[in-house]
Amino acid sequence: MFLRDGLRREAGRSDLFLSDRSERRDRAAIREAACRADLAGLIAGRSVMVATAGQMPAALAMLGLDGLARRMVLVPPGLTDDQVARIAADAEIDLCVADDDAPVPPALAGLPRLAPAEAASAGEAPAPQPTEWVLTTSGTTGAPKLVAHTLDGLAGGINTSATPEPGTVWSTFYDIRRYGGLQVFLRAVFGPSSLVLSDPAEPMRDYLLRAAAAGVTHILGTPSHWRLALMNAALTDLAPRYVRLSGEIADQAILDLLRATFPQARIAHAYASSEGGVGFTVEDGRAGFPASLVGSRSGIEIVVRDDALLVRSKRTGRRYLGAQAEPLTDAEGFVDTGDLVELRGERYHFLGRRSGVINVGGIKVQPEEVESVVNSHPLVSMSRVRPRPNPILGAVVEAEIVLVEGADASDAAALKRAIIAHCRPHLPKHKVPASVRFVPDLPLSTGGKLLRRAP
Amino acid sequence: MSLRPTLIAEIESITRDNDKRMPPLTDDLVLLDTEFDSLCFALLVARMEDQTGIDPFSDLEVADLPVTLGDLVALYERAARPVAA
Repeated sequence: MFLRDGLRREAGRSDLFLSDRSERRDRAAIREAACRADLAGLIAGRSVMVATAGQMPAALAMLGLDGLARRMVLVPPGLTDDQVARIAADAEIDLCVADDDAPVPPALAGLPRLAPAEAASAGEAPAPQPTEWVLTTSGTTGAPKLVAHTLDGLAGGINTSATPEPGTVWSTFYDIRRYGGLQVFLRAVFGPSSLVLSDPAEPMRDYLLRAAAAGVTHILGTPSHWRLALMNAALTDLAPRYVRLSGEIADQAILDLLRATFPQARIAHAYASSEGGVGFTVEDGRAGFPASLVGSRSGIEIVVRDDALLVRSKRTGRRYLGAQAEPLTDAEGFVDTGDLVELRGERYHFLGRRSGVINVGGIKVQPEEVESVVNSHPLVSMSRVRPRPNPILGAVVEAEIVLVEGADASDAAALKRAIIAHCRPHLPKHKVPASVRFVPDLPLSTGGKLLRRAP
Repeated sequence: MSLRPTLIAEIESITRDNDKRMPPLTDDLVLLDTEFDSLCFALLVARMEDQTGIDPFSDLEVADLPVTLGDLVALYERAARPVAA
């Protein structure tokens, strides 16, 4: 399977498009522009980093590179130069696709470089080879981990033989360089259907109006994306037939709100992750998932072991890249998702992450990273960082803090503010504790490790 | 007691901490169309809960979802009423 096969699946339709905030491109024109054999020769066999600012250039690059490049690494915006340098080394990058006029991070400066339009105009390989697709995901230290996939695996949850409902137009609040957004991009390419790309700098209202004007019928977001959209009057302009949620636990409240807002739509919440791939989709409007989904189905096996979900299928990541990379699967080929579940009656419910990872509106926060910054405050002896449930983003970061012996906490509110202010220069905004609680002590295991789940 | 001053003070404090530039905080202001993003909104809800013990978002109907700042003030004041009574 190759992306270009999807581009060809237009069956005589000329109305399909790919649009973003500033432009609208005809799908047939994108396909016809891909004809330059010299550029195909340049890309063939390379390990390529796609490091564009916007999603449209990234989409064009993906369409050009798949089947030619040996490896394609999708880099979302917002990474530091050091992180890009680490990714370039771990993925043995020897070509980059970057915007024409943008400065590239120092680690990429010495590499051959193509503009996104050049990548998109590369002709097809005489004998296309499967490209290894690589996505970034947050690691324990805050440095991204690289998850390698096959295109067959990424598209494994998509029924590519079905004819899409007429008039389908996809969109997503996500960036298509992240797992959830990439699923939508692939659904649109293989559908075939049109796709409306979002833009992080665009106000929610403008995006919703743009999506409505483009006739979006199928749309994916995290529960947090949806909570925000529900507070925007422009949402009523949208008339989706299919509303999908993924990336966070979908609670009953958000499912009920969406059902009330879109009584005609199919509402589905998907269980998917960069490492575990698409596990399953639930469409009965209830939080959690039926126990019957545990076990073997076509192409996927799901088991619960020590209260955590494990997934084995062709849709999971193949491996982590990098010299010090740990194995992605166990000896039997299962990916341990780290997601904890509990059986209540005939239904499993999600409890959160075993590692204590906090999901702030779809962005993962490693508690250890925040704790190390909190602990560097001179009056902090130790801390435990945990999710605090939040109706807007699902969770925000809360720090429980044991102060050093003799610390003056007579003005507790001022000291809390000072500790939060201390964190701000050292952490991205969503990782800075939203609130602080002072506690007399924190529970430790007999081995001296912080017990993350103990009360 | 009106919760408006508390809400305004928290919005100002959050926008200051997060380097956001805000237009005047009038009742018809649509907060999410300004630089007051989802993280700011999440912080606001958490801080209001700390200050007042009220989280009107935890149990909400579609009709109650606030769009403007005025809606938000009204939502908090409605939620505060049973406690005050």
